[in-house]
Amino acid sequence: MAKVVLSCTVNSEPQQIIIDDRDSLADVLRDKLHLTSVKKGCEVGECGACTVLINDEAFDSCIYLAIWAEGKEIRTVEGLMDADGEISDIQQAFIDEAAVQCGFCTCGFIMSSMPILESDEEYTRDEIRKQIAGNFCRCTGYENIANAVEKVKEDRMNNKK
Amino acid sequence: MYDIKKIYKATSVQDAIKHLVDDPNALIIAGGSDILIKIHKGKLAGCSLVSIHDIDELRGVSMQDNGDIKIGPLTSFSNLSKDHIIKRYIPVLGEAVDQVGGPQIRNIGTIGGNISNGVTSADSASTLFALNAMLEITGPNNSRIIPISEYYLGPGKVDLKNGEVLTAIIITKENYEDFTGHYIKYAMREAMDIATLGCCVTCKLNDQKDTIKDVHLAYGVAGPIPMRCPRAEKSIIGMKISDEMFNTLGKIALTEVKPRTSWRASKEFRLQLVEELCKRSLKEAIKKSGGVING
Repeated sequence: MAKVVLSCTVNSEPQQIIIDDRDSLADVLRDKLHLTSVKKGCEVGECGACTVLINDEAFDSCIYLAIWAEGKEIRTVEGLMDADGEISDIQQAFIDEAAVQCGFCTCGFIMSSMPILESDEEYTRDEIRKQIAGNFCRCTGYENIANAVEKVKEDRMNNKK
Repeated sequence: MYDIKKIYKATSVQDAIKHLVDDPNALIIAGGSDILIKIHKGKLAGCSLVSIHDIDELRGVSMQDNGDIKIGPLTSFSNLSKDHIIKRYIPVLGEAVDQVGGPQIRNIGTIGGNISNGVTSADSASTLFALNAMLEITGPNNSRIIPISEYYLGPGKVDLKNGEVLTAIIITKENYEDFTGHYIKYAMREAMDIATLGCCVTCKLNDQKDTIKDVHLAYGVAGPIPMRCPRAEKSIIGMKISDEMFNTLGKIALTEVKPRTSWRASKEFRLQLVEELCKRSLKEAIKKSGGVING
């Protein structure tokens, strides 16, 4: 064990944080940066509640050692807020589509859906389901979650045309 | 926080080897999706680790001058599935690893780690067996190349001696050229599940596309380690595509496998899967080669 300095970018802000080299990225984001959208559910990479984007790819931050984040760009739900403090289209869609029940899985699902939403490629409903298959919703509200992602994907693709 | 005694972040293969030699008890951690879970569950609590996670020279897929395809063992499942060389020449491998876990696991999990933890259910393993993958293992003094079948010494045990690192997975041209393949993962769920049985078949047809010129049949979870069925393969080489041929393959494969009962499934069910999935995989592989089933 050792204390080390981690330099990375979190939600567009450069960070230099003293961490323990045994910390998971989820530990650091929650305990050092207080980004509590990152939920610790299973802590073994099965539930997806701790999903964050690392260099635009979705990872379970509970099974990602913080030391591996050196020089990388990390994004959490907190980073989706715009300059006026407003929530993003995907967060609003989760509200509109009643895709939130207990809410514990929500932030993970939203981060898992970001690579779909930010891609220039079309996604079918089945492809969307496959991309969010690493996230569990124990309230089983999957249909509404897929509806929310599908809706925002459609909107964003239409806006690009 | 993980219960790790110490962790060293290696910067190059030689650096990793040096630290592995210095600390013979240290384990190699690549993506961590097996090791960190074992630490979390206490099985590997207090271990020493050498992280090869940041060694970029071990990532990516490249075409060699002689037509062999070299896969860096740290290539993640998702990058392997997306890779243009894999898509074009060995699509069956990209399709197989696209069935691992879920998207987050496919982003962190590496193909080298998948085979190096020595489990029989690894989704990439049966396909790499069917492809006769060769493995480059680099140690303190030299590097050696061995077939994947010699890598597995037993469940959870692979032929990595102290200070050795898996540095490349090589698919030779003769094992992918003119071959088509298909992998079936039989599991209870469509995502986030471990294979009850995995079956990969690659085949090569004659010019008329009606006869099997060559076939490779490999299984995961049909025995303690991933395996091929050489007798079943031999029995149908040169046979016309027919029901008889499919039945022969299935029946002889049954005599070569040794599945066991686990909490996931019974031995009897696995035997049924062994017989059925090899036919289904071969049918798909034949179709991909332009062959016609039933006439």
